[in-house]
Amino acid sequence: MLFGAPQYLVSGLTVGATYGLTALGFTMIYNTTGIINFAQGEFVMLGGMLSVVLLKAGLPLPLAILAAVLCSALAGCLMERAVIRPVGRAAPVNLVIITIGVSILVRGVVMLIWGKDTFALPAFSGAKPLRFLEASVQPQSLWVLAITLLVLGALKLFFSRTIHGKAMLACACERKAAALMGISVERMAMFSFGMSGFLGAVGGAILTPITLTSYDVGVMLGLKGFAACILGGLGNPFGAAAGGLILGVLESFGAGFISSAYKDAFAFIVLLLLLFVKPTGLFGGPKSDRV
Amino acid sequence: MLTLTNLDISYGRIRAVRRVSMHVDAGEIVALIGANGAGKTTLLSAISGLLRPEAGQVVFDGRDVTRFAPDKIVRLGLSHVPERRLVFKPLSVADNLLLGSYTRHGKTPRSVLDQDLDSVYAMFPVLRERARQPAGTLSGGEQQMLAIGRALMAGPKMLLLDEPGMGLAPTVCRDIFKRVLQLREERGLTVLLVEQNAKSALAVADRGYVLETGRVILQGQSAELLANRDVQRAYLGRDKSREE
Ligand SMILES: Nc1ncnc2c1ncn2[C@@H]1O[C@H](COP(=O)(O)OP(=O)(O)OP(=O)(O)O)[C@@H](O)[C@H]1O
Ligand SMILES: [Mg+2]
Repeated sequence: MLFGAPQYLVSGLTVGATYGLTALGFTMIYNTTGIINFAQGEFVMLGGMLSVVLLKAGLPLPLAILAAVLCSALAGCLMERAVIRPVGRAAPVNLVIITIGVSILVRGVVMLIWGKDTFALPAFSGAKPLRFLEASVQPQSLWVLAITLLVLGALKLFFSRTIHGKAMLACACERKAAALMGISVERMAMFSFGMSGFLGAVGGAILTPITLTSYDVGVMLGLKGFAACILGGLGNPFGAAAGGLILGVLESFGAGFISSAYKDAFAFIVLLLLLFVKPTGLFGGPKSDRV
Repeated sequence: MLTLTNLDISYGRIRAVRRVSMHVDAGEIVALIGANGAGKTTLLSAISGLLRPEAGQVVFDGRDVTRFAPDKIVRLGLSHVPERRLVFKPLSVADNLLLGSYTRHGKTPRSVLDQDLDSVYAMFPVLRERARQPAGTLSGGEQQMLAIGRALMAGPKMLLLDEPGMGLAPTVCRDIFKRVLQLREERGLTVLLVEQNAKSALAVADRGYVLETGRVILQGQSAELLANRDVQRAYLGRDKSREE
Protein backbone atom coordinates (compact mmCIF):
# COMPACT_ATOMS: atom_id res chain seq x y z
CA MET A 1 0.00 0.00 0.00
CA LEU A 2 2.86 2.32 0.76
CA PHE A 3 4.43 1.52 -2.54
CA GLY A 4 6.29 4.57 -3.73
CA ALA A 5 6.38 6.27 -0.34
CA PRO A 6 10.19 6.79 -0.28
CA GLN A 7 9.93 8.25 -3.76
CA TYR A 8 7.25 10.74 -2.72
CA LEU A 9 9.21 11.59 0.38
CA VAL A 10 12.31 12.50 -1.60
CA SER A 11 10.49 14.56 -4.19
CA GLY A 12 8.43 16.22 -1.46
CA LEU A 13 11.53 17.18 0.50
CA THR A 14 13.15 18.58 -2.63
CA VAL A 15 10.28 20.90 -3.48
CA GLY A 16 9.72 21.55 0.21
CA ALA A 17 13.27 22.88 0.54
CA THR A 18 12.43 25.67 -1.87
CA TYR A 19 9.16 26.38 -0.06
CA GLY A 20 11.20 26.53 3.13
CA LEU A 21 13.70 29.02 1.70
CA THR A 22 10.84 31.15 0.41
CA ALA A 23 9.13 30.95 3.79
CA LEU A 24 12.37 32.03 5.48
CA GLY A 25 12.38 35.06 3.22
CA PHE A 26 8.86 35.96 4.36
CA THR A 27 9.89 35.48 7.98
CA MET A 28 12.99 37.61 7.69
CA ILE A 29 11.10 40.59 6.33
CA TYR A 30 8.13 40.11 8.63
CA ASN A 31 10.33 40.00 11.70
CA THR A 32 12.33 43.10 10.93
CA THR A 33 9.59 45.25 9.41
CA GLY A 34 6.21 43.67 10.19
CA ILE A 35 5.46 43.50 6.46
CA ILE A 36 4.22 40.43 4.59
CA ASN A 37 6.05 40.69 1.30
CA PHE A 38 3.87 39.23 -1.42
CA ALA A 39 6.63 39.80 -3.97
CA GLN A 40 8.58 37.00 -2.28
CA GLY A 41 7.67 34.50 -5.00
CA GLU A 42 9.13 36.81 -7.64
CA PHE A 43 12.54 36.50 -6.00
CA VAL A 44 12.26 32.74 -6.50
CA MET A 45 11.31 33.28 -10.12
CA LEU A 46 14.18 35.76 -10.62
CA GLY A 47 16.64 33.24 -9.20
CA GLY A 48 15.64 30.68 -11.82
CA MET A 49 15.03 33.00 -14.77
CA LEU A 50 18.20 35.08 -14.32
CA SER A 51 20.27 31.89 -14.02
CA VAL A 52 18.81 30.72 -17.32
CA VAL A 53 19.43 34.05 -19.02
CA LEU A 54 22.98 34.40 -17.73
CA LEU A 55 23.81 30.83 -18.68
CA LYS A 56 22.57 31.54 -22.20
CA ALA A 57 24.69 34.68 -22.23
CA GLY A 58 27.71 32.44 -21.85
CA LEU A 59 28.51 32.36 -18.14
CA PRO A 60 29.40 28.96 -16.70
CA LEU A 61 26.55 27.48 -14.64
CA PRO A 62 27.93 28.13 -11.12
CA LEU A 63 28.77 31.72 -11.99
CA ALA A 64 25.40 32.26 -13.66
CA ILE A 65 23.62 31.07 -10.54
CA LEU A 66 25.81 33.11 -8.23
CA ALA A 67 25.22 36.24 -10.30
CA ALA A 68 21.47 35.56 -10.51
CA VAL A 69 21.25 35.17 -6.75
CA LEU A 70 23.22 38.36 -6.12
CA CYS A 71 21.06 40.28 -8.61
CA SER A 72 17.94 39.10 -6.81
CA ALA A 73 19.39 40.14 -3.46
CA LEU A 74 20.09 43.54 -4.97
CA ALA A 75 16.54 43.64 -6.33
CA GLY A 76 15.33 43.06 -2.77
CA CYS A 77 17.41 45.95 -1.42
CA LEU A 78 16.23 48.15 -4.26
CA MET A 79 12.61 47.26 -3.57
CA GLU A 80 12.93 48.36 0.06
CA ARG A 81 14.68 51.58 -0.85
CA ALA A 82 12.45 52.50 -3.78
CA VAL A 83 8.93 51.58 -2.71
CA ILE A 84 8.83 50.55 0.94
CA ARG A 85 10.92 53.21 2.68
CA PRO A 86 9.30 56.22 0.97
CA VAL A 87 5.84 55.35 2.31
CA GLY A 88 7.33 55.21 5.80
CA ARG A 89 4.92 54.23 8.51
CA ALA A 90 1.95 53.53 6.24
CA ALA A 91 -0.70 51.08 7.43
CA PRO A 92 0.31 47.42 6.97
CA VAL A 93 -2.53 46.84 4.49
CA ASN A 94 -1.14 49.54 2.22
CA LEU A 95 2.34 48.06 2.42
CA VAL A 96 0.99 44.62 1.53
CA ILE A 97 -0.77 46.12 -1.49
CA ILE A 98 2.49 47.79 -2.52
CA THR A 99 4.30 44.43 -2.42
CA ILE A 100 1.57 42.90 -4.58
CA GLY A 101 2.07 45.77 -7.01
CA VAL A 102 5.81 45.10 -7.11
CA SER A 103 5.20 41.42 -7.80
CA ILE A 104 2.91 42.23 -10.76
CA LEU A 105 5.47 44.70 -12.07
CA VAL A 106 8.41 42.30 -11.83
CA ARG A 107 6.46 39.51 -13.49
CA GLY A 108 5.35 41.87 -16.28
CA VAL A 109 8.86 43.12 -16.95
CA VAL A 110 10.32 39.61 -17.06
CA MET A 111 7.56 38.50 -19.44
CA LEU A 112 8.16 41.48 -21.74
CA ILE A 113 11.90 40.87 -21.92
CA TRP A 114 12.12 37.07 -22.02
CA GLY A 115 8.62 36.03 -23.06
CA LYS A 116 6.21 33.44 -21.77
CA ASP A 117 8.27 30.36 -22.60
CA THR A 118 9.26 27.74 -20.09
CA PHE A 119 12.99 27.40 -19.55
CA ALA A 120 15.22 24.69 -18.15
CA LEU A 121 18.58 24.66 -16.40
CA PRO A 122 20.95 21.69 -16.60
CA ALA A 123 21.29 19.64 -13.44
CA PHE A 124 24.39 20.54 -11.41
CA SER A 125 26.00 17.14 -11.74
CA GLY A 126 24.44 14.86 -14.32
CA ALA A 127 20.90 13.48 -14.46
CA LYS A 128 21.51 9.80 -13.89
CA PRO A 129 19.24 8.81 -10.97
CA LEU A 130 20.76 7.13 -7.92
CA ARG A 131 19.01 4.22 -6.22
CA PHE A 132 18.25 4.88 -2.59
CA LEU A 133 16.03 2.41 -0.72
CA GLU A 134 13.14 1.95 -3.12
CA ALA A 135 13.43 5.42 -4.55
CA SER A 136 15.28 6.66 -7.53
CA VAL A 137 16.84 9.92 -6.48
CA GLN A 138 17.94 12.57 -8.91
CA PRO A 139 21.37 13.92 -8.00
CA GLN A 140 19.83 17.39 -8.22
CA SER A 141 17.60 16.53 -5.25
CA LEU A 142 20.72 15.94 -3.20
CA TRP A 143 22.10 19.29 -4.35
CA VAL A 144 18.88 21.00 -3.36
CA LEU A 145 18.85 19.47 0.10
CA ALA A 146 22.55 20.02 0.69
CA ILE A 147 22.49 23.64 -0.41
CA THR A 148 19.37 24.31 1.66
CA LEU A 149 21.02 22.83 4.74
CA LEU A 150 24.14 24.86 4.08
CA VAL A 151 22.12 28.08 3.82
CA LEU A 152 20.20 27.26 6.99
CA GLY A 153 23.45 26.58 8.82
CA ALA A 154 24.96 29.84 7.62
CA LEU A 155 21.87 31.75 8.72
CA LYS A 156 22.00 30.14 12.12
CA LEU A 157 25.62 31.22 12.52
CA PHE A 158 24.80 34.71 11.30
CA PHE A 159 22.07 35.19 13.90
CA SER A 160 23.81 33.52 16.81
CA ARG A 161 27.41 34.60 16.29
CA THR A 162 27.58 38.01 14.61
CA ILE A 163 26.63 41.35 16.10
CA HIS A 164 24.81 42.27 12.89
CA GLY A 165 22.66 39.16 13.12
CA LYS A 166 21.88 39.94 16.73
CA ALA A 167 21.12 43.54 15.80
CA MET A 168 18.59 42.24 13.29
CA LEU A 169 16.95 40.12 15.98
CA ALA A 170 16.93 43.17 18.23
CA CYS A 171 15.07 45.16 15.56
CA ALA A 172 12.59 42.33 15.31
CA CYS A 173 11.77 42.16 19.00
CA GLU A 174 12.13 45.75 20.20
CA ARG A 175 12.44 48.23 17.40
CA LYS A 176 12.52 51.38 19.49
CA ALA A 177 15.25 50.08 21.79
CA ALA A 178 17.22 48.89 18.76
CA ALA A 179 17.14 52.42 17.36
CA LEU A 180 18.34 53.73 20.73
CA MET A 181 21.35 51.41 20.53
CA GLY A 182 22.28 53.19 17.31
CA ILE A 183 21.13 50.34 15.10
CA SER A 184 19.78 51.86 11.91
CA VAL A 185 16.35 50.27 11.66
CA GLU A 186 16.03 51.43 8.04
CA ARG A 187 19.27 49.78 7.05
CA MET A 188 18.20 46.57 8.76
CA ALA A 189 14.92 46.66 6.85
CA MET A 190 16.82 47.02 3.59
CA PHE A 191 19.13 44.24 4.59
CA SER A 192 16.22 41.95 5.38
CA PHE A 193 14.76 42.56 1.92
CA GLY A 194 18.14 41.82 0.37
CA MET A 195 18.47 38.66 2.39
CA SER A 196 14.98 37.53 1.38
CA GLY A 197 15.85 38.18 -2.25
CA PHE A 198 18.92 36.04 -1.75
CA LEU A 199 17.07 33.18 -0.03
CA GLY A 200 14.22 33.12 -2.54
CA ALA A 201 16.61 33.20 -5.49
CA VAL A 202 18.72 30.36 -4.10
CA GLY A 203 15.52 28.32 -3.77
CA GLY A 204 14.50 29.18 -7.31
CA ALA A 205 17.86 28.49 -8.90
CA ILE A 206 18.44 25.11 -7.31
CA LEU A 207 14.93 23.87 -8.05
CA THR A 208 14.81 24.96 -11.70
CA PRO A 209 16.74 21.93 -13.06
CA ILE A 210 13.92 19.76 -11.64
CA THR A 211 10.75 21.78 -12.16
CA LEU A 212 11.63 24.22 -14.98
CA THR A 213 10.86 27.91 -14.74
CA SER A 214 8.94 30.68 -16.47
CA TYR A 215 7.94 34.27 -15.77
CA ASP A 216 4.96 33.23 -13.66
CA VAL A 217 6.29 30.44 -11.41
CA GLY A 218 6.62 32.97 -8.59
CA VAL A 219 2.87 33.18 -8.01
CA MET A 220 2.41 29.61 -6.87
CA LEU A 221 5.83 29.33 -5.18
CA GLY A 222 5.18 32.54 -3.29
CA LEU A 223 1.80 31.30 -2.08
CA LYS A 224 3.27 27.97 -1.03
CA GLY A 225 6.11 29.72 0.78
CA PHE A 226 3.58 31.89 2.57
CA ALA A 227 1.52 28.82 3.48
CA ALA A 228 4.70 27.18 4.78
CA CYS A 229 5.53 30.06 7.04
CA ILE A 230 1.98 30.19 8.42
CA LEU A 231 2.14 26.42 8.89
CA GLY A 232 5.35 26.75 10.90
CA GLY A 233 4.09 29.76 12.84
CA LEU A 234 4.58 33.23 11.38
CA GLY A 235 7.78 34.86 12.59
CA ASN A 236 9.58 31.67 13.56
CA PRO A 237 12.52 30.95 11.21
CA PHE A 238 12.87 27.34 12.29
CA GLY A 239 9.13 26.88 11.81
CA ALA A 240 9.32 28.43 8.35
CA ALA A 241 11.99 26.02 7.16
CA ALA A 242 10.26 23.03 8.73
CA GLY A 243 6.88 24.23 7.46
CA GLY A 244 8.27 24.27 3.93
CA LEU A 245 9.57 20.72 4.14
CA ILE A 246 6.34 19.45 5.71
CA LEU A 247 4.23 21.19 3.09
CA GLY A 248 6.34 19.77 0.27
CA VAL A 249 6.06 16.24 1.65
CA LEU A 250 2.30 16.50 2.32
CA GLU A 251 1.76 17.77 -1.18
CA SER A 252 3.83 15.04 -2.71
CA PHE A 253 2.03 12.33 -0.74
CA GLY A 254 -1.34 13.85 -1.54
CA ALA A 255 -0.52 13.90 -5.21
CA GLY A 256 0.84 10.34 -5.11
CA PHE A 257 -1.80 8.61 -3.01
CA ILE A 258 -4.92 10.63 -3.69
CA SER A 259 -4.77 12.52 -6.96
CA SER A 260 -2.23 14.75 -8.59
CA ALA A 261 -5.09 16.90 -9.87
CA TYR A 262 -5.50 18.27 -6.35
CA LYS A 263 -1.79 18.67 -5.66
CA ASP A 264 -1.89 22.42 -5.11
CA ALA A 265 -5.20 22.39 -3.28
CA PHE A 266 -4.03 19.64 -0.94
CA ALA A 267 -1.42 21.77 0.80
CA PHE A 268 -3.85 24.59 1.41
CA ILE A 269 -6.54 22.28 2.77
CA VAL A 270 -4.09 20.85 5.28
CA LEU A 271 -3.05 24.37 6.20
CA LEU A 272 -6.65 25.46 6.79
CA LEU A 273 -7.36 22.39 8.90
CA LEU A 274 -4.28 23.05 11.00
CA LEU A 275 -5.20 26.69 11.50
CA PHE A 276 -8.60 25.65 12.83
CA VAL A 277 -6.91 23.47 15.41
CA LYS A 278 -3.87 25.61 16.21
CA PRO A 279 -4.11 29.15 14.85
CA THR A 280 -0.52 30.02 15.77
CA GLY A 281 0.93 27.34 13.49
CA LEU A 282 2.81 24.17 14.35
CA PHE A 283 5.75 25.85 16.04
CA GLY A 284 4.13 29.13 17.01
CA GLY A 285 4.02 30.01 20.70
CA PRO A 286 0.75 29.85 22.62
CA LYS A 287 0.32 33.57 22.10
CA SER A 288 2.34 35.83 19.84
CA ASP A 289 3.33 39.11 21.47
CA ARG A 290 4.52 40.61 18.21
CA VAL A 291 2.64 43.61 16.99
CA MET B 1 26.07 69.72 28.70
CA LEU B 2 22.49 69.56 27.39
CA THR B 3 20.44 72.63 26.54
CA LEU B 4 16.90 72.62 25.18
CA THR B 5 15.53 75.84 23.78
CA ASN B 6 11.85 76.42 23.05
CA LEU B 7 11.11 72.85 21.97
CA ASP B 8 7.75 72.13 20.35
CA ILE B 9 6.90 68.49 19.70
CA SER B 10 3.70 67.15 18.14
CA TYR B 11 2.11 63.86 17.25
CA GLY B 12 0.31 64.79 14.05
CA ARG B 13 -2.00 67.60 15.11
CA ILE B 14 -1.66 66.99 18.82
CA ARG B 15 0.99 69.12 20.42
CA ALA B 16 2.51 67.17 23.32
CA VAL B 17 5.33 69.55 24.31
CA ARG B 18 5.21 73.36 24.07
CA ARG B 19 8.09 75.78 24.18
CA VAL B 20 10.10 73.79 26.68
CA SER B 21 13.51 75.20 27.62
CA MET B 22 15.80 73.55 30.11
CA HIS B 23 19.45 72.76 30.70
CA VAL B 24 21.53 70.12 32.42
CA ASP B 25 25.11 70.97 33.34
CA ALA B 26 27.97 68.51 33.24
CA GLY B 27 27.97 66.26 36.30
CA GLU B 28 24.48 67.24 37.37
CA ILE B 29 21.56 64.96 38.12
CA VAL B 30 18.41 66.76 37.06
CA ALA B 31 14.91 65.43 37.66
CA LEU B 32 12.02 65.96 35.28
CA ILE B 33 8.76 65.44 37.10
CA GLY B 34 5.25 65.27 35.78
CA ALA B 35 2.02 63.30 35.90
CA ASN B 36 0.83 60.74 33.35
CA GLY B 37 0.74 62.23 29.88
CA ALA B 38 2.65 65.38 30.80
CA GLY B 39 5.03 64.86 27.89
CA LYS B 40 8.12 63.57 29.68
CA THR B 41 8.71 60.56 27.42
CA THR B 42 7.95 62.69 24.37
CA LEU B 43 10.63 65.17 25.42
CA LEU B 44 13.25 62.45 25.95
CA SER B 45 12.39 60.85 22.61
CA ALA B 46 13.00 64.13 20.85
CA ILE B 47 16.36 64.56 22.57
CA SER B 48 17.54 61.09 21.56
CA GLY B 49 16.33 61.47 17.98
CA LEU B 50 13.39 59.06 18.01
CA LEU B 51 11.04 61.98 17.37
CA ARG B 52 11.71 65.17 15.43
CA PRO B 53 10.79 68.37 17.19
CA GLU B 54 8.72 70.80 15.17
CA ALA B 55 10.54 73.82 16.46
CA GLY B 56 13.31 74.63 18.89
CA GLN B 57 16.85 73.49 19.44
CA VAL B 58 18.69 70.68 21.20
CA VAL B 59 22.34 71.35 21.95
CA PHE B 60 24.45 68.56 23.40
CA ASP B 61 28.09 68.97 24.38
CA GLY B 62 28.34 72.23 22.44
CA ARG B 63 26.85 70.83 19.27
CA ASP B 64 23.44 71.42 17.71
CA VAL B 65 21.96 67.93 17.49
CA THR B 66 18.36 68.89 16.70
CA ARG B 67 16.88 66.29 14.32
CA PHE B 68 19.97 64.08 14.38
CA ALA B 69 19.28 60.36 13.87
CA PRO B 70 19.45 58.28 17.07
CA ASP B 71 22.67 56.51 16.08
CA LYS B 72 24.53 59.84 15.74
CA ILE B 73 23.34 60.96 19.14
CA VAL B 74 24.45 57.73 20.78
CA ARG B 75 27.86 58.09 19.13
CA LEU B 76 28.18 61.60 20.58
CA GLY B 77 27.75 60.15 24.07
CA LEU B 78 24.08 60.58 24.97
CA SER B 79 22.31 57.31 25.84
CA HIS B 80 18.60 56.90 26.52
CA VAL B 81 17.26 54.20 28.84
CA PRO B 82 13.69 53.93 27.63
CA GLU B 83 10.46 53.75 29.56
CA ARG B 84 9.42 50.17 30.40
CA ARG B 85 13.11 49.19 29.93
CA LEU B 86 12.54 47.54 26.51
CA VAL B 87 15.23 44.89 26.90
CA PHE B 88 15.60 42.47 24.00
CA LYS B 89 13.69 39.68 25.71
CA PRO B 90 14.55 36.66 23.55
CA LEU B 91 18.26 37.55 23.50
CA SER B 92 20.63 36.64 26.31
CA VAL B 93 21.71 39.17 28.90
CA ALA B 94 25.21 39.11 27.42
CA ASP B 95 23.85 39.78 23.92
CA ASN B 96 21.76 42.68 25.22
CA LEU B 97 24.92 44.21 26.65
CA LEU B 98 26.84 43.50 23.46
CA LEU B 99 24.20 45.34 21.43
CA GLY B 100 24.59 48.28 23.79
CA SER B 101 28.08 48.69 22.34
CA TYR B 102 26.80 48.40 18.75
CA THR B 103 27.95 51.88 17.72
CA ARG B 104 31.46 51.22 19.05
CA HIS B 105 31.79 47.83 17.41
CA GLY B 106 34.85 47.65 15.15
CA LYS B 107 35.93 51.15 16.19
CA THR B 108 36.80 50.74 19.83
CA PRO B 109 39.49 48.20 20.76
CA ARG B 110 38.15 44.91 22.05
CA SER B 111 40.02 45.34 25.33
CA VAL B 112 38.18 48.59 26.10
CA LEU B 113 34.81 46.96 25.41
CA ASP B 114 35.74 44.03 27.65
CA GLN B 115 36.72 46.44 30.41
CA ASP B 116 33.42 48.27 30.09
CA LEU B 117 31.57 44.98 30.23
CA ASP B 118 33.46 44.07 33.39
CA SER B 119 32.59 47.36 35.00
CA VAL B 120 28.89 46.88 34.18
CA TYR B 121 29.08 43.39 35.69
CA ALA B 122 30.87 44.83 38.73
CA MET B 123 28.09 47.33 39.23
CA PHE B 124 25.31 44.79 38.65
CA PRO B 125 26.74 41.37 39.64
CA VAL B 126 23.39 39.70 39.04
CA LEU B 127 23.82 40.38 35.31
CA ARG B 128 27.02 38.37 35.27
CA GLU B 129 25.26 35.46 36.99
CA ARG B 130 22.46 35.60 34.44
CA ALA B 131 24.65 36.36 31.42
CA ARG B 132 23.47 33.37 29.38
CA GLN B 133 19.82 33.64 30.33
CA PRO B 134 17.24 35.23 28.00
CA ALA B 135 16.60 38.79 29.19
CA GLY B 136 12.87 38.10 29.31
CA THR B 137 13.38 35.74 32.24
CA LEU B 138 14.81 38.49 34.48
CA SER B 139 12.73 40.21 37.16
CA GLY B 140 11.60 43.78 36.63
CA GLY B 141 14.43 45.21 38.72
CA GLU B 142 17.01 43.07 36.95
CA GLN B 143 15.64 44.15 33.59
CA GLN B 144 16.05 47.76 34.68
CA MET B 145 19.66 47.07 35.63
CA LEU B 146 20.15 45.43 32.25
CA ALA B 147 18.61 48.41 30.45
CA ILE B 148 20.99 50.74 32.31
CA GLY B 149 23.96 48.44 31.73
CA ARG B 150 23.11 48.22 28.04
CA ALA B 151 23.08 52.01 27.79
CA LEU B 152 26.42 52.21 29.64
CA MET B 153 27.98 49.87 27.06
CA ALA B 154 27.75 52.71 24.53
CA GLY B 155 30.28 54.62 26.66
CA PRO B 156 28.02 57.65 27.30
CA LYS B 157 28.78 60.98 28.95
CA MET B 158 25.14 61.50 29.77
CA LEU B 159 22.15 59.25 30.49
CA LEU B 160 18.46 59.92 29.95
CA LEU B 161 16.54 57.70 32.37
CA ASP B 162 12.81 57.34 31.76
CA GLU B 163 10.98 56.21 34.92
CA PRO B 164 13.55 53.64 36.06
CA GLY B 165 11.46 52.94 39.16
CA MET B 166 8.25 52.16 37.31
CA GLY B 167 6.52 49.06 38.63
CA LEU B 168 9.32 48.15 41.03
CA ALA B 169 9.06 47.40 44.74
CA PRO B 170 10.19 50.38 46.87
CA THR B 171 13.40 48.69 48.03
CA VAL B 172 14.39 47.75 44.47
CA CYS B 173 13.52 51.25 43.38
CA ARG B 174 15.75 52.76 46.06
CA ASP B 175 18.57 50.50 45.00
CA ILE B 176 18.28 51.67 41.38
CA PHE B 177 18.37 55.31 42.49
CA LYS B 178 21.47 54.59 44.56
CA ARG B 179 23.12 53.24 41.43
CA VAL B 180 22.32 56.47 39.65
CA LEU B 181 24.23 58.40 42.33
CA GLN B 182 27.04 55.88 42.12
CA LEU B 183 27.24 56.40 38.34
CA ARG B 184 27.81 60.08 38.82
CA GLU B 185 30.40 59.56 41.53
CA GLU B 186 32.38 56.85 39.78
CA ARG B 187 32.11 57.96 36.16
CA GLY B 188 31.13 61.59 36.38
CA LEU B 189 27.99 60.82 34.38
CA THR B 190 25.43 63.53 33.82
CA VAL B 191 21.84 62.34 34.27
CA LEU B 192 18.41 63.56 33.26
CA LEU B 193 16.00 61.53 35.37
CA VAL B 194 12.32 61.36 34.48
CA GLU B 195 9.95 60.35 37.27
CA GLN B 196 6.34 60.57 38.33
CA ASN B 197 7.41 59.98 41.89
CA ALA B 198 8.68 63.44 42.75
CA LYS B 199 9.94 62.56 46.17
CA SER B 200 12.34 59.79 45.28
CA ALA B 201 13.56 61.63 42.17
CA LEU B 202 14.22 64.89 44.00
CA ALA B 203 15.98 62.96 46.75
CA VAL B 204 18.81 62.11 44.34
CA ALA B 205 18.62 65.08 41.98
CA ASP B 206 20.39 68.43 42.35
CA ARG B 207 17.69 70.34 40.52
CA GLY B 208 14.32 69.63 39.01
CA TYR B 209 11.79 70.75 36.44
CA VAL B 210 8.06 70.17 36.70
CA LEU B 211 6.24 69.47 33.46
CA GLU B 212 2.49 69.82 33.17
CA THR B 213 0.55 69.24 29.94
CA GLY B 214 3.66 69.83 27.87
CA ARG B 215 4.93 72.97 29.61
CA VAL B 216 7.55 73.60 32.27
CA ILE B 217 5.55 75.16 35.09
CA LEU B 218 8.20 75.15 37.80
CA GLN B 219 11.92 74.70 38.19
CA GLY B 220 14.47 74.99 40.95
CA GLN B 221 16.80 73.28 43.37
CA SER B 222 15.49 69.95 44.66
CA ALA B 223 15.04 71.26 48.20
CA GLU B 224 13.07 74.25 46.93
CA LEU B 225 10.80 72.07 44.87
CA LEU B 226 10.22 69.65 47.71
CA ALA B 227 9.17 72.55 49.88
CA ASN B 228 6.95 74.08 47.22
CA ARG B 229 3.24 74.02 48.04
CA ASP B 230 2.10 73.24 44.51
CA VAL B 231 4.54 70.41 44.17
CA GLN B 232 3.52 69.03 47.53
CA ARG B 233 -0.14 69.15 46.59
CA ALA B 234 0.18 67.78 43.08
CA TYR B 235 3.04 65.30 43.31
CA LEU B 236 3.71 64.52 46.93
CA GLY B 237 0.17 64.31 48.28
CA ARG B 238 -0.18 60.70 47.32
CA ASP B 239 3.19 59.78 48.77
CA LYS B 240 2.35 61.47 52.08
CA SER B 241 -0.97 59.74 52.44
CA ARG B 242 0.74 56.45 51.74
CA GLU B 243 3.30 56.99 54.47
CA GLU B 244 0.70 57.66 57.09
N1 LIG C 1 2.58 57.87 19.69
C1 LIG C 1 1.73 58.84 20.10
N2 LIG C 1 0.78 59.29 19.27
C2 LIG C 1 -0.07 60.29 19.66
N3 LIG C 1 -0.05 60.86 20.87
C3 LIG C 1 0.87 60.43 21.74
C4 LIG C 1 1.81 59.40 21.41
N4 LIG C 1 2.61 59.19 22.46
C5 LIG C 1 2.19 60.06 23.42
N5 LIG C 1 1.14 60.79 22.99
C6 LIG C 1 0.45 61.85 23.74
O1 LIG C 1 1.40 62.84 24.10
C7 LIG C 1 1.18 63.28 25.43
C8 LIG C 1 2.46 63.11 26.24
O2 LIG C 1 2.75 61.70 26.36
P1 LIG C 1 4.07 61.16 27.05
O3 LIG C 1 4.12 59.70 26.80
O4 LIG C 1 5.20 61.97 26.61
O5 LIG C 1 3.75 61.44 28.57
P2 LIG C 1 4.59 61.02 29.85
O6 LIG C 1 4.81 62.28 30.61
O7 LIG C 1 5.79 60.25 29.47
O8 LIG C 1 3.56 60.11 30.63
P3 LIG C 1 3.82 58.80 31.53
O9 LIG C 1 4.23 59.28 32.86
O10 LIG C 1 2.50 58.13 31.57
O11 LIG C 1 4.87 57.99 30.86
C9 LIG C 1 0.01 62.48 25.96
O12 LIG C 1 -1.15 63.28 25.87
C10 LIG C 1 -0.09 61.30 25.04
O13 LIG C 1 -1.43 60.90 24.92
MG1 LIG D 1 6.40 58.39 29.85
